[in-house]
Amino acid sequence: MSDASFKFEKSGRSLMERLFEPPAIGKMSLVAKIVAYSLLAIWSVFVLFPIYWVIITSFKDAAAVNQGPFYIPFFDFQPNLDAWRAQFNIDRFCDLTSILRQVYLLVHNSFVFVVSPVISLNPMELQICKIYLAFTNSVVISVVSTTLCVAVGSMAAYALARVQYKPKFGNILVFVALLVLVIVATTYAGVPWWASSTVALAMFFFLVRSVGRYFKMRLGNNDILFWIISQRILPPIVVVIPVYVMFQAVGLLDTHLALIILYAVANLPIVVWLMHDFFANVPIELEESAQLDGATRFGIFWGIVLPLTRPGLAATTLLILVLNWNEYLFAVFIATVKVQTMPIMVAAKNAGEKGVFWWEMSAIIVVMIIPVIIMSILLTKFISKGVLQGAMKG
Amino acid sequence: MAGSSQRESWGEWVDRHSGTFFIAPAVTLILIFAIFPTIYSMFFAMSRVRFTGDGLKFRFVGFRNFSKQFFGTDQVHFLGRTEPVSILAMIIFAVIVVSVLVWLYRSRKIATWVGMLGRTVSASMAIFLAWVLCASLLSGNSIGTLYTTLFYVLVGCGIQFVIGTGLAFICSQPIHGKNFFRVIFFIPLMVTPLGVGYAMKMIADITKGPFEPLLRLFGIENWVWSADAWSARLVMVVGDSWQWIPFIFICMLAALENVPQDHVEAAQVDGASSMQIFREITWPQVVPVAVTVLLIRAVEAFKIVDLPNIMTGGGPGTATESMTLHSLFVWRANDMGTSAAIGYLLLIVTVIVCASFFNYVVLGRLRRTKA
Repeated sequence: MSDASFKFEKSGRSLMERLFEPPAIGKMSLVAKIVAYSLLAIWSVFVLFPIYWVIITSFKDAAAVNQGPFYIPFFDFQPNLDAWRAQFNIDRFCDLTSILRQVYLLVHNSFVFVVSPVISLNPMELQICKIYLAFTNSVVISVVSTTLCVAVGSMAAYALARVQYKPKFGNILVFVALLVLVIVATTYAGVPWWASSTVALAMFFFLVRSVGRYFKMRLGNNDILFWIISQRILPPIVVVIPVYVMFQAVGLLDTHLALIILYAVANLPIVVWLMHDFFANVPIELEESAQLDGATRFGIFWGIVLPLTRPGLAATTLLILVLNWNEYLFAVFIATVKVQTMPIMVAAKNAGEKGVFWWEMSAIIVVMIIPVIIMSILLTKFISKGVLQGAMKG
Repeated sequence: MAGSSQRESWGEWVDRHSGTFFIAPAVTLILIFAIFPTIYSMFFAMSRVRFTGDGLKFRFVGFRNFSKQFFGTDQVHFLGRTEPVSILAMIIFAVIVVSVLVWLYRSRKIATWVGMLGRTVSASMAIFLAWVLCASLLSGNSIGTLYTTLFYVLVGCGIQFVIGTGLAFICSQPIHGKNFFRVIFFIPLMVTPLGVGYAMKMIADITKGPFEPLLRLFGIENWVWSADAWSARLVMVVGDSWQWIPFIFICMLAALENVPQDHVEAAQVDGASSMQIFREITWPQVVPVAVTVLLIRAVEAFKIVDLPNIMTGGGPGTATESMTLHSLFVWRANDMGTSAAIGYLLLIVTVIVCASFFNYVVLGRLRRTKA
């Protein structure tokens, strides 16, 4: 839009007019400009100040914190690395050689984990500094779980956008009824869970063949989509207690695998919701012509559709990565000792702390939030390109 | 070449059933880790659960874990103190009940019997929540975890929506450095909630926080926010807003920038004030996105746990405990049945409130836009 063509500025404008009236279409008046920029500036300060405060607190020592607020490093107080040393050095497992040894032990233990069904080997005990362990746990869990979640979720989203499903309502009722029977049998009658669920699975297939044909009501793709997305409403606290018991039954409590699966399921609705929209916008002609050339459905998905939706895929992945990195409630229940993630470490230190150790906590928090700040800056790049706008159409 | 043809037909079989293979992993995962636990949780909630040597022992107790929250020992913790009820609160309660019933009576013409059932459920939830509100808060009694959670949801969402939309509106104007502000304003959403909680705890500190000189100036040195129920809840809402305003901001900014610019310019040429333009042109176009964003935000707000946990640990007393935190603490005390019951109550409240909002506001908006 060119300003010149739309200028309707009169020659002799009064002071009030000059203050409150925009000089041209697509411009703001002087007062509006001042108000807008000052509000934006105030909000920027409000947003950045807590982050700034955490960062400078991590460079303070006990005296600088306790003697009252100091605001500017080198001017108010002399910054030092006490808090960082306390995290990485004084902890005797945190110098370079022991960290290298830990890496070796991790490799060793993964090897043991892989061969353990065949040869019985004992995993070596990890003596490792806490923050390093928590950071590694967080990285491993969030990366693997994000990969799993995006893979499973985008496959489902693609299928819901392209394939017609017609599940019978009766089958779902049968399934839920059998689920209830399994739970009653296991909790009150003391039947082992694997026995009852095998019997129930067999009964399910039998009943679907026999009873299922009397129910004619069918659901459609939109019902499945709504069902998956509505799982986000489910508060995690409802599922986490039974899940705790389930993982305890199969011996997966306090393992990476448990958290990876849980995080993936918790974020599936978001992936399906966002990716469904991207896939629906891919022109179907491309896929049809590929199908004529003899490509399989999976080949089309992998070779044509996924590359076309790469920006959306990247944005979704980043979002899920951040959500996984920040997750707290599941970890509190499932990760009791060995697989402590960063949020759990912060919460535990906060609860166990006597008096104020702000500088150490700040150092941990800085370690925890630097990755997400980098990811969020990357993510805004995608959002400003309008990648996530499609899903917000309502 | 029998082998290759065999393999080919196997591949064809996979391709023919590819629809099943594509959706099966997601559905299986959700069934095992979301649907099954939700049903299983009901059994926890209706039992007294004990840890024994060989696993868990369930004893069926019916709805006792639930009724305890409403009438029994946990009533003050969950609902708050409900006696004595003041006259004013009774009058307000009566007004709310009458208006809800009138709404229900009026909707009998436009709704099917399924819709009527849904409306009855929504109306009963509204009357129940109104009763708790009138009996506890409006009568000057303390509130429990139910209303603390609702306070976070309602007040938090309100503040976040107003500020977030305002900022988005400013950023949708022709200003310089739009992308810079967009990046800056987006950051808090991604910061770990526990980090936010601890940062807020440090900043709100009375003696060592950055506002200490300011507070001394106003002569409120000896006042501690975390010792007073309402100021503690308010600080929690501030922390929550710091984190979630960016979400509203980003979504509303996208919606505002999608408003066709030529309409706005045409109105400007015709001499409409910016207030008029916002009310008549911009707002009607962003309302569908606005209600959707509010719904998403409300769904997430019901789950709040990290902030109260790290900032006050639920204190003073139980004043800042959300329902999730309440359930977590009960679980730590090894009472799995009650813990599951509280979780279920949260699920029921969340589903009914969010479904009502979705049906009457979001879908209602869409219907009205179409008509």
